[in-house]
Amino acid sequence: MTSTATVPRLIEQFEHGLDAPICLTWELTYACNLACVHCLSSSGKRDPRELSTQDCKNIIDELERMQVFYVNIGGGEPTVRPDFWALVDYATAHHVGVKFSTNGVRITPEVAARLAASDYVDVQISLDGATAEVNDAVRGPGSFAMAIRALENLAAAGFSDAKISVVVTRHNVDQLDEFASLASRYGATLRITRLRPSGRGADVWDDLHPTADQQVQLYQWLVAKGDRVLTGDSFFHLSGLGEPGALAGLNMCGAGRVVCLIDPVGDVYACPFAIHDRFLAGNVLSDGGFDKVWKDAPLFRELREPQSAGACGSCGHYDSCRGGCMAAKFFTGLPMDGPDPECVQGYGAPALARERDKPRPAGDHSRGRRKSGPVPLTLSMPPPSPPQRMCNESPV
Amino acid sequence: MRPEPFGALLYHFGTRKLSFLKNRTILAVVQSLAEYPDVRAACRAAGVEDSQQQPYLHALGVLAGSHMLVQAEATEAA
Repeated sequence: MTSTATVPRLIEQFEHGLDAPICLTWELTYACNLACVHCLSSSGKRDPRELSTQDCKNIIDELERMQVFYVNIGGGEPTVRPDFWALVDYATAHHVGVKFSTNGVRITPEVAARLAASDYVDVQISLDGATAEVNDAVRGPGSFAMAIRALENLAAAGFSDAKISVVVTRHNVDQLDEFASLASRYGATLRITRLRPSGRGADVWDDLHPTADQQVQLYQWLVAKGDRVLTGDSFFHLSGLGEPGALAGLNMCGAGRVVCLIDPVGDVYACPFAIHDRFLAGNVLSDGGFDKVWKDAPLFRELREPQSAGACGSCGHYDSCRGGCMAAKFFTGLPMDGPDPECVQGYGAPALARERDKPRPAGDHSRGRRKSGPVPLTLSMPPPSPPQRMCNESPV
Repeated sequence: MRPEPFGALLYHFGTRKLSFLKNRTILAVVQSLAEYPDVRAACRAAGVEDSQQQPYLHALGVLAGSHMLVQAEATEAA
């Protein structure tokens, strides 16, 4: 995202919200061939209520009317939806650019050739280690090889500028240079983003999130070498480590203001890292369409009001980090108007050390393993129509 | 180009760059460029006197130099 060092006025404008999001994340399915330990959306099994092809096309029509520039399509693994390519074509034909994230499972040479022929589709291959050992520990056995095969196929087909999308963890923060050279090997661009304690990420965040020293290391790497690295502006919690503007990008929380998430069943959340009832704004099917939810949802209106700095109000760095990431605070059980759990001034660590009540994610589409508690059943109502005939109560 | 309360957002589908027009005046200038023989005339028509045009000319230069849309270091003026 292009911006400049002198953006405070623009940030204030953005904090009041835009008439439509600049871009939004759209998770097309909860189905996934992998089971990454940090999955934001706890994906695995498809949800039977997922939007139909026609529902999806209707949303694209609406995004075109609203002039949403592009959608970041994810999942789950979006390419396992049988109508995935049709939806990509429909979106680009309707002036909605597509960037999609994939683990590479369906990026065959044929698909790569097809992608190379389009000017409006960006591909992000997820990779969380520059080596199979580091990557597969998080994303599962074979996932490194699968991602590399996809990158090879794209490069061979002449697809230019694929993205290698990395979630920065305690175990790969030392590999940033290796990721950069991996990207240049495939003519790709490196994209690194912050690990969020969302979805299954809540279970592993304590062990995987970069240490305080690593946060500084990451910041310095970004300042020194981040020029050609995409970040989704996700490291704004680090901006207090240096001069304002040293980190490229907008450096603000755009949740419900300039971005949001549509999930596979059409629920609209404030951001991709906040799949929880607390951040649920509405549903595109039952609440009158996406435009209406974006403009009128009480949650979004609330997020566009000036936010309280709370416990951070007396900190000299509040203008830089603006309290950090709402979702990171929420899912680690920290107060929303206090410091980010990874606050670079050190206010997060003592807050984490206190008694915390971590909220559980709303939905879990994981396959197997976690289903240890009671299984909730939906009780159906008896049919409303009267019985066809009265019971025969005669004893005879 | 998408008008917004503060000005406008520009997105270039080729370069994938997002740019900002930071006020309504520069938006009016950009929207009316085609109707005038030169940028000074367009600025004048949008109410920007010759003596105040420098930031606007600069912003338009930046937009033009970057395939019309990149680097919307539009203007902090006005």
